[in-house]
Amino acid sequence: MRLELKHIHKHFGAVHANDDICLTIESGTIHGLLGENGAGKSTLMKILSGFIRRDAGEILLDGGAVAFKNPAEAIRAGVGMLHQDPLDFPPLTVLDDFLLGREDGFIQKRARALADLEKFSRQFGFDLAPDALVSALTVGERQQLEIMRLLSLGAKILIFDEPTTGISLPQKIKLFETLRLLAQQGMTIIFVTHKLQDAEDLCGKVTVLRLGKVTGEVTCPFTADQLVRLMFGQSLETRARATVALGEPVLELRDVCVADYRLRLPEINLQVRSGEVIGLAGIEGSGQRLFLRACAGLDQPVTGEIQLGGARMNRRPYREFLERGAVYLPAGRLEEGLVPGLNLTEHFILAKRSTEFFVNWPAAQTCAQTRIQEYSIRGVPTSRVEALSGGNQQRALLALLQPGLKLILLEHPTRGLDIESTMWVWSQLLERRTRGTAILFASADLDEILEYSDRILVFSGGRVARALNAKETSAHQLGELIAGKGMEIRD
Amino acid sequence: MDTTFIILTFASVLAESAPLVFAVIGETLSEKSGVTNLSLDGTILLSAMVGFAVAFTTDNLYLAFFAAMIVGALVASIVAFSSIILKLDQIAVGFILTLLCGDLSTFFGNPYVRKPGPAVPHLAIPGLVEIPVLGKIFFDQNVVVYLSVLLIFAAWWWMYKTQPGLKLQGIGERPAAAFARGANVNAQRFLYTLIGGALVGFGGATYSLFVKLGWSYHHTFGIGWIALAIVIFGGWHPIRGAIGAYIFGGLQSVSSFAQSAFANVPTQVFQTAPFALMILALLFVSNEALDRFFSGSPWSRRVWQSLRGTPPGALGTTFEQE
Repeated sequence: MRLELKHIHKHFGAVHANDDICLTIESGTIHGLLGENGAGKSTLMKILSGFIRRDAGEILLDGGAVAFKNPAEAIRAGVGMLHQDPLDFPPLTVLDDFLLGREDGFIQKRARALADLEKFSRQFGFDLAPDALVSALTVGERQQLEIMRLLSLGAKILIFDEPTTGISLPQKIKLFETLRLLAQQGMTIIFVTHKLQDAEDLCGKVTVLRLGKVTGEVTCPFTADQLVRLMFGQSLETRARATVALGEPVLELRDVCVADYRLRLPEINLQVRSGEVIGLAGIEGSGQRLFLRACAGLDQPVTGEIQLGGARMNRRPYREFLERGAVYLPAGRLEEGLVPGLNLTEHFILAKRSTEFFVNWPAAQTCAQTRIQEYSIRGVPTSRVEALSGGNQQRALLALLQPGLKLILLEHPTRGLDIESTMWVWSQLLERRTRGTAILFASADLDEILEYSDRILVFSGGRVARALNAKETSAHQLGELIAGKGMEIRD
Repeated sequence: MDTTFIILTFASVLAESAPLVFAVIGETLSEKSGVTNLSLDGTILLSAMVGFAVAFTTDNLYLAFFAAMIVGALVASIVAFSSIILKLDQIAVGFILTLLCGDLSTFFGNPYVRKPGPAVPHLAIPGLVEIPVLGKIFFDQNVVVYLSVLLIFAAWWWMYKTQPGLKLQGIGERPAAAFARGANVNAQRFLYTLIGGALVGFGGATYSLFVKLGWSYHHTFGIGWIALAIVIFGGWHPIRGAIGAYIFGGLQSVSSFAQSAFANVPTQVFQTAPFALMILALLFVSNEALDRFFSGSPWSRRVWQSLRGTPPGALGTTFEQE
């Protein structure tokens, strides 16, 4: 089925998520859609598959204009989407999941569905037990189930959203095999990814999005170099930065392995010294958060040892990490960092961790007032934190930090802040650094990583590259690593 | 103890658990779709009162049960509207409705207190009642009891054998995924909450028109709370839920026998024992230590898994299309 997207626009509030996107995809081809987080790939695909409505533009299937009100209509017209986290039902069995949403009458036709399932399994060489629970399957197997389900519903255009994120290498090879087979059968495959390697291996044509716009379309053969330039823009360059003499080791990780239900990062060895800044680069969700939380003692590593100032900290509560001068500032400032409903004074009282029973309100008020001025927070002591802007919330979080910290762990320290607040946040952090605080921060902004880090850890595709020296790394190299190119060699 | 006695006991447990069965199945349907209707105890009181009042004034049982179902559906519609449309907290709304409906039943029920009124007539099924043992238990009852047993299997059949039933499970587990497969999540939730409420209302009328005839202050004795607990005990499965209801009914009759056997123990002990035992049973089916214990061998895990249920994944949450 031939697909044409013409002048698609989509706004979310002030954000222009899709800005005049035009795209034509012939049937029987695998078309890559490449871009960073927030480039607008997912929005475009959700529009195509009926999850969200476009503001303007046209979608043509084999030349006929369509407008889907919901995903079910899209499927009926032959457009199916496989989500990064497959949209299935973990508590149900494979067969039940396969049956759910089929439009073949009132009574469940289990025998017929089973035959269908077996037919597709044979065709692609999948091996799923029909009575196994979906929750017991790996992400790769859940993808296989979704592929079969969408095909059984008559999908002719299949959209794969970041399908290689949570799956193992053998499963990835199997997936690629399946995709090629599908294309041979005349299906139209759209492969959404941020991984250069995957795009190179699989796609005949690649369209690159950046900040909601199409920045270019390349046809096979293309070079990774072309793609990186289209993905990250031309403006990347390294800048000079002041050096600080490094002190004693603060944090030490020995063969630490962190994992959650969908991602497992193998042994990480790292020594962070006092005064050092380490940037964690990578597409969001590649394990940076897991890693930071493990360093703060909020999640337990699966194996390995975490040391703070020479003391083994595994299974110690966050309180002890705090006592040893390590602190974690999460990306969800309001959700995890602050307490909505409490005002600034109350926050400062809580952060002091005082042992007194009664609160000395006049003193607390004065103290809050000084901090507000010191950290130039736009607010008064009685301002509730949820009423502050993002930049002022981040300032408040920094103002809550006690002096003399050994280690600050930050997740997206400047996300959503304007330039002034960004500069201010970094001036605060760098100032603490000159007094010996080590800083670990995760950021999706390559410029930020290159500008402030001494060393860089790249998280990509379930792996962590050996720490890079920021001075010897170019934005280009970093972009390639983030996109998963060259990670294999570095392991 | 002779066999007649045992048969009679089973028959009475089956009969007296009927209101509980209606309420449990109704609430299971509603929660399976993702909406907790916590107002159960109030709904049962109010529908029991309305059912009796209508029967008392019109002498028409059909009308009485219909009115009780309308009451149940109306209360449920408030829960559905406030949680699905207004996105209010289901627990808070349900709790307030419990109190409100309880008080309304006292207020409007005042003229009917301790009045003799109509009852559901006994109706043995000719032929089937002759079957040895089972006939006396299952076919020597009234229409309402037959309906309660049929409802269990109807609900099971609907949920596990039909396409709409499968969709119902999907809506409660992962509304976003159900939506992707063509379900109109909020409309369906509304519908199931109403049906569930109507069944609860039917259970209320069953209480005042059959199990404990008439009307009095707080006539149904906290049965709604027990129904909520049994839904959890039953792991949101209609047949297991019904078994829970019968176990509770059984405990009640055991305690009334025990009361006569141990005359020196205060009677309150036996009246409250079923409630305490129900809590113990709940602890038993949702205990992590037991989880670990039973996960030792594959078959013990299988048996254990079938015993304990997990709540629908999206229970108590709201759904909005992007």
